[in-house]
This record gives sequence, C-alpha cells and structure tokens, in this order.
Amino acid sequence: MAGFLARRLLNYLVLVAVAASLAYMLAATALDPRSNYADRTPKPPPAVIDAQLTALNLNDQVPLLERYAVWAGGVLHGDLGKSVTGSPVNDDIARRAGVTFRLVVLGMIVGSVGGVLLGALAAVRQYGWFDRVSTALSFAVLAVPVVVLANMLILFATWLNDRLGTQVFLVSGEYTGGLDTGFWGSVLDRIQHLVLPTASLSLALVAVFSRYQRNMMLDVLGADFVRTARAKGLSRRAALTRHALRTALVPVMTYFAFTFGALLTGATFTEKIFGWHGLGEQLINSIFTNDVNTVAAIALLAAVAVLCASLASDLLHAALDPRVRAG
Amino acid sequence: MTLPEEEVAEELTPGVPGRGPRRAPSRGRVVVRRFLGSRQGAAGLAVLVVMFLLAFAGPLLSPWSYTDRDFTAFLQPPSASHWFGTLQTGADVYAVTLRGMQKSLIVGLLAALVSTALAALVGAFAGYFPGWADRTLTWLTDLLLVLPAFLILAIMSPVFGEGTWALFVLMLALFLWMVTSKIVRSMTVSLKRREFIQAARFMGVRPVTIIFRHVLPNLSSLLIVDATLNVSAAILTETSLSYFGFGIQPPDVSFGTLIADGSKTAVYAPWTFWFVAGLLVVTVLAVNLVGDALRDAFDPTSTRPR
Repeated sequence: MAGFLARRLLNYLVLVAVAASLAYMLAATALDPRSNYADRTPKPPPAVIDAQLTALNLNDQVPLLERYAVWAGGVLHGDLGKSVTGSPVNDDIARRAGVTFRLVVLGMIVGSVGGVLLGALAAVRQYGWFDRVSTALSFAVLAVPVVVLANMLILFATWLNDRLGTQVFLVSGEYTGGLDTGFWGSVLDRIQHLVLPTASLSLALVAVFSRYQRNMMLDVLGADFVRTARAKGLSRRAALTRHALRTALVPVMTYFAFTFGALLTGATFTEKIFGWHGLGEQLINSIFTNDVNTVAAIALLAAVAVLCASLASDLLHAALDPRVRAG
Repeated sequence: MTLPEEEVAEELTPGVPGRGPRRAPSRGRVVVRRFLGSRQGAAGLAVLVVMFLLAFAGPLLSPWSYTDRDFTAFLQPPSASHWFGTLQTGADVYAVTLRGMQKSLIVGLLAALVSTALAALVGAFAGYFPGWADRTLTWLTDLLLVLPAFLILAIMSPVFGEGTWALFVLMLALFLWMVTSKIVRSMTVSLKRREFIQAARFMGVRPVTIIFRHVLPNLSSLLIVDATLNVSAAILTETSLSYFGFGIQPPDVSFGTLIADGSKTAVYAPWTFWFVAGLLVVTVLAVNLVGDALRDAFDPTSTRPR
C-alpha cells in the first residue's frame, strides 16, 4: 500500500513539474507584456521598457529558457515572481486562493453527494417516475454550459427579487461590503451570495454523477452478492447501502479525479460571472493584461489541485476496494 | 464487441440479393433500425436535421445578413421585419444567431472528428505496441489530462487572430481525446489476444495494417458514439471560450460571443439572450440524445423500454 502510494506520488510530482513548465513556456510565448506599454501616453522610451520588463523577468528579448530558469528557480524557493504591475504574485494568489477554495469545495461536496444520492435512488427504482424525471432533468442540464446556466440563474433571481420586492438572492460578489448586522446578519448575507454560484457550479456535476452512479448501481444491483446479502437476512436498506452502494461507488470515485479539472474550469466561469474575486477571475484578467507570471502561478496551482484530487481519489479507491490495498 | 465475420461474409457476396429468409440481417441495418426505433434517437436526429437546415438555409429566408445594421431599429423586440428583434448595434438577431450557429456547428463537428481520430490512433498504437511506445503515449495522455484545457486554450488565445479558426479547431480537438484514448487502449490490449488478430500477425501482416484493418474497425461502435458526444463537448467548450473572448474573434460571431453580448442586455431585452441560448441548448441536447441512442443501438445487450 505504501509502495503503491509512493509510486503514484512520484509520478504525480513529475507530471506537475512538466505541466507547470509547459504552461509557463506557453504563457511566456503567447502573451506579450511589452504591448502593455504601447498605449501609454507619453510613450516611455524603449530602454526604460526593457529595464522594467527585465526587472519583472518578462523581457521577451531574454531567451525563453533563461526566463524559465529564473522563474523555476524562484518557484522552487516558494517565490512565484512579480505581476505586470510589480507586486509580488504570492500575496495576490494567497488572498484569492481562499475565495476559490470555498467555492470549489462547496460546489464539489454538493455536486458529488447530490449526484450520487440521486443516481442511487434512480437506480433502485429503475424506470419509475423518479428515474424518468431525474434522467430527463440531467439530460437537460448537461446541454446547458456553465456560462449560460449562470446567466439564466442571474436572470431568474432578478425576476424573483422583482416579484417578491426583496433581495432574496444577491448576484454579485462574495459579501456585501460595509454591512453592519452582527454575526448572523453577515452569515445570512454570505449565504444569499453563495446560493447561486454554488448552484451553477454543482448542477452540472450533479447531472454527470447521477448518470454515472445510476449506471454503476444498475450493474451492481443484479449481482449475486447483493442477493446473497439479502438471503442471509439483511434488510433491503442495509443490503443496498452497505453492499451495493459501496461497490458501485468505486468506479465513481475514479471518475471523480477526471471531473475535478472540469470543476476548476467551471469555477473560473462562475467567479467571473458572479464577480467573485478568486483565482479564476484573476486568470481571465491576467491573460488580458499579459501577466505571464500570474498565469503561470495559477496554472501551477491548478495542476497541483488536479493531482491532489487524483491522489485523494486513489486513497478513496484504496479505502473502498480491498484489492487495491493488496496489490 | 462486433461481429466482423458477418461483415466479411456480406462483403464476399455482394451480387446475391438478400431475399432468402435465413439470411442474417446486416449489422449496419440492425443498428439503424434500433436507432430509429428508439424515440429519443429519432427525435434527436430530427431536431438536428432541422437545426442544420436552419443554420445553412435559414439565412436565405431573411432579407438581413449578419453584417447588416438597421439604423432605424436599435434594440427592438421581435417584429415582422426583424423576426428575432435587433441588438443594440441594430444588427438583426435572426441573422447573427444563424451565422453563429453555422460557426458553432462547423467548429463542433470538425473538432469532434479530429479528436476522435486522434483518440483512436493514439489509443490503438499505445495498446498494440507495448513497451516504450505504450509508456510514452500513456504518459502524454496523462499529462494532457492534468492540464486544464480551458487554461491552455485561453493562454493560446492571442494566437487565434482573425481567420485562424482552423487552428482553434485543432487546439480544441487536442484537449478532447484523452479519456477515449484510454478506453481505446485497454480495448486494443484485449483485442490483440483474439484469434483473428493472432492469425493476421502469424500470416505476416504488418502491425500498422492490422491496426487499421482489424483493430480500429472492431472499435467502430465506440468511436462513432464518442465522435457524436464529442460534438456536444466541443460546442460547449467553444461557447465558453468565445464567451470570454478567447475563441472565435470578432467580427465573426459564434454562440459564445452572442451569448456574452446578449447576457448584458438580457434583463430588459430578453430576445437578445434567449433565442441564442435556447438554440444552443436544443442543439446540444439533440446531439446528446443521438449519441445516447446510438450507444444503445450498438449495444446488443441493452434493452430499453420504448
């Protein structure tokens, strides 16, 4: 078991390093920080621009590999470089990571738990009304991209707020600035802000997981060991949860790692549309401002996050499936 | 998975008309019958055909083209002269929506074809040639799987200038193939042990020929289903990228750019948002239904109530 995990971890570390390096090279080649200075009036002299770009390690006249070496050396010491405005990327990223983390973790929990529950329930009564309704709904949700879904939710919330005459859902930002309503007031305010972004992030996840879980569960329900569990006197509920659900969860857990990348992308859209100041919003902004170091830092974090999810899914897999531990 | 013997037998007797009552129905015909017999498959296909007709023949019906501006009607609701209303710029929503649909459909179809071809090739070669080829290709697949596709495509976006949408399609395809390629690889590994492939190998057929003539045709059902589902994935990715300005660049339009523009005015001018969003959702839904029905039609064990 320890050997298995160590091998996986080593493989993942190499993948992270290569992925982050690739992202840096791509960003450094495709983005052009020099163009940021072109529209300034008065236009600074070329020597000044060069000196500034060199100080930020963004000068495109320095060979790519040399810039990469400086960047990689900094990253190994925990320094992600400087943004185009000259502020350290570390501070900015640290502040924004919390915002994204809250959104992603909540969306992930709601999405995966909700999806697994829906899928399992639908499978237990195959072709019942619940199965049909949830299948139709998940088909509909899977056809709506996150950007459209988020906008639809905003429109719906605006309409509802108008109808009710009060602000039930708040559609911009993470919390209301300068609010003075005590602890519970600010909790309520945060929840009002949180509902729609979480919904737009997790609905697609619920749809995917419920489809997948339903199919896995259907495969398992007809299996001999479930009948044996019933035959030895377990109640239907115990047989279904302890034997069928647990077995059906194994492939879903493996699938979980694949969806995590999609979840991060979804969080990017959600943040940008709902005006949360997280990493995803920063990624989109920094591409428009040709901020190579910030883009590379976010790419690095994304790769680390995806691989943490893979590792977590390996661990869960091992916990649920004894054969993995033996191997 | 498939029954190659039957297909071969049928190819060998092309001149004989299949009138005999004992003649086995061809696999292709069985799949088509099962596909059209399922309600969702037939409905999805019909909707898709209507969408294609609308996208490519629809613009001919309207007097407005997508570049026209009507300076007498800004942000007007649907009327007899502007069927879907107009945008803030005076552009006809019907014309730009259909133009965007054309672009999104073409991008989606091409990206899906390229990515499925890539998945088939990489997966089959990795599965057929164990050793370093397998390890390299598998590692490459894993690498692309950990890089968030949106991030890389967004970084690359300054490269997609005007008129380089072919490059955009290629990049889109480059991030869609990995999961299928893993499935193709594991199926190739098990196919390689089957008798007909062993026989071909011992007869001295070259490995590349075996892959193209025996391995890939046997995975055709998986690949067809995958290509269909990739169309919807590609359309969705393209929409998201274009929404943020990383995909199709103006003056060209696609679903994504139109939805981005429409969402800003949607509260007081719903026609700028809902027609585009609705058409997008219906298109993707139809593609998904077709893909799902195809999977059932190809799967001999599936029994789905009508």
